[in-house]
Amino acid sequence: MSFKPDDCVTLGHGSGGRAMHELIHEFIVEKFANSQLSELEDQARIPLAQLAEYGSQLAFSTDSYVVDPLFFPGADIGKLAICGTVNDLAVGGATPLFLTCSLIIEEGLSFTVLNDVLDSMRRAALHAGVKIITGDTKVVGRGQCDKLFINTAGIGVIDPSYNLSAGHCKSGDCIIVNGFIGDHGAAVLAARGDVAIQTNVQSDCQALHDLIAEMLKVCPDIRCIRDATRGGVATVLNEFSRASSVVIEIDERSVPIRPEVQAICELLGLDPLYLANEGTLVCVAPQHAAQQLLSTMRKHPKGQHSQIIATVSDANEPIVSMRTVFGSSRIVDMLEGEQLPRIC
Amino acid sequence: MQYVDEFRNPDVARKLASEITELSSMLMQDRNRPLQIMEFCGGHTHTIFRFGLQQLLPQHIQLVHGPGCPVCVLPRGCIDVAIQLANQANVIFTTFGDAMRVPGSQQSLLQAKAAGADIRMVYSPLDALALARANPDREVIFFALGFETTMPSTALTVLEASREGIDNFSLFCHHITTVPTMTAILQDPDMRLDGFIAPGHVSMVVGDKPFEFVGAEFKKPLVITGFEPLDILQSIWMLLKQLSEGRSEVENQYTRVVSAKGNPAGLAAMSDVFEPRERSAWRGIGDIEQSGVQLTDAYKHFDAEYKFSPDHAMVEDPTACHCGDVLKGAMQPWQCPLFGNECQPKHPLGALMVSSEGACAAYYRYADINALKDKQPAQRITL
Repeated sequence: MSFKPDDCVTLGHGSGGRAMHELIHEFIVEKFANSQLSELEDQARIPLAQLAEYGSQLAFSTDSYVVDPLFFPGADIGKLAICGTVNDLAVGGATPLFLTCSLIIEEGLSFTVLNDVLDSMRRAALHAGVKIITGDTKVVGRGQCDKLFINTAGIGVIDPSYNLSAGHCKSGDCIIVNGFIGDHGAAVLAARGDVAIQTNVQSDCQALHDLIAEMLKVCPDIRCIRDATRGGVATVLNEFSRASSVVIEIDERSVPIRPEVQAICELLGLDPLYLANEGTLVCVAPQHAAQQLLSTMRKHPKGQHSQIIATVSDANEPIVSMRTVFGSSRIVDMLEGEQLPRIC
Repeated sequence: MQYVDEFRNPDVARKLASEITELSSMLMQDRNRPLQIMEFCGGHTHTIFRFGLQQLLPQHIQLVHGPGCPVCVLPRGCIDVAIQLANQANVIFTTFGDAMRVPGSQQSLLQAKAAGADIRMVYSPLDALALARANPDREVIFFALGFETTMPSTALTVLEASREGIDNFSLFCHHITTVPTMTAILQDPDMRLDGFIAPGHVSMVVGDKPFEFVGAEFKKPLVITGFEPLDILQSIWMLLKQLSEGRSEVENQYTRVVSAKGNPAGLAAMSDVFEPRERSAWRGIGDIEQSGVQLTDAYKHFDAEYKFSPDHAMVEDPTACHCGDVLKGAMQPWQCPLFGNECQPKHPLGALMVSSEGACAAYYRYADINALKDKQPAQRITL
């Protein structure tokens, strides 16, 4: 299907007629070309034997992507929709294999934009080694959604030797992040244009499956991994602390934050610990394995700036605290809602 | 990061803390109660908690968190009026982000937005004016909040709107001023404060003159202070130094930003556009005379209350709420029976639980509540 630069998606493209047929068959299916998708049944079919090659447990996850703007420094909604779901699978120790792709398109979206987003999804899926094997497309009236929403669900398979869970943290464990925190949140905030900030900060959006595979190879008894998306690193640490009933103490000096991100946060009164990330993982590892794991991570291109940022200890009450640069201590709780910029 | 890291140097902090301990221990030889220092401004409260500064100080120095968080002192009735204005047909209501969660008597602005009002978060009054330009067929109302810090930008925006002849832009003006409130605190007969960490950003606008009465009339030292942890520690040291030498003066620690004259251009714009309001309501404190501003007659047509005449129903503070006592430094947040129980950041009863600059929210977020609750209640004073 060819389109001119000015062509837009109309309600007709979602009405079940020829226009929709062309959009799906000649545009979307062609982009993601693979044998399972091309069969165009109402469901994708996956031979169980193919899954069993990777392990014994199925991992299944879904996420919806509604970012504004659709394109921002370092990534776009398409890349995000692939990496986000791939990461949700990978942090459970799964090898990500198959994704679905549901598009909800606001009428009037230009075909150029849709084309760019789908291209980005194709590239990201290729990089992450996953296939998009089924999907759905809806077009809604103006104002009923904001330009483009994407949902992806994913299937992966977990090797039986891994058993990752937020409830497995133990006293003495070390907590590692794979690099600078808050880049995605800061990049999107700046790209949104509400604040006149010019910055070179790029979203960290990336699929973490290959880094995680390396990590599990050198340290199969990693307690748990989460990707620190909405709510940031602070929220993930609070989830760990509650699930395992442990105290987590962050060392402020060791938290990797880019000066640009720090500056944006200082300016707007935000805390980088709560900024969203899209390619940052938080990993809890037993103390004896932490250094080796850290050096493995640092050798990987997606983990060059890895740091041990916190330690786990026993206590009566699950709490996340921060040892500040001055040696004093404060609580780092979950946020009640969105972080709101301060007035002055 | 330049201009930040220098003011967060742990070695300098330790040195300052030890000099503070030495100086205050000397002062304590002649007294039988702790040294109480009030930081007036919510920005200072935020820094104190974020960096755990109280833990670096000896026990005989108590930091009392004052009423200088403009969002925290917004009365419920004021939020109700804001929502009334926002709910009018054809209105875009704009506000700074941290006012969104402040509870009114029925709703917060965040809830009113979810219910359908067109309420938008802006970072500057100029953003609101740009919205007015872009939407000439709609009225854009800006919720003008804050102390003297944010007043110049509001005033300059009104002047710009006037210059461009924009008639679909107005202010819901709730700017408040520092000096009348400080005076109210100082006039209280039970006032026990030994000195003030004075607001740096307010002083950047007004200069140091307006604070001279604190030393001259009330014999209390005051230091204009920046917002980095070392700024605050240095100010505490300067206050102690004044106390040990029997001085009560206005000193300026924040010389890299504050000049004695303040910001003459900002002050000129403010005096063009604003005049003192007879009285203004503060949450938890009640009415304070001449503690707020309104638009002068020349700019009255930019006043949303004048344009739309909303109802002003009297709304009392929640009766069980001790926000007022906390704001006056008469009670510690954790001594309020509602703190952490009925009143939490997810369902704040008092505004002090809303903004991260509010003393209660700061305690709730950053301090170990259970450890606090075991402490003896401090002596209460009332205003």
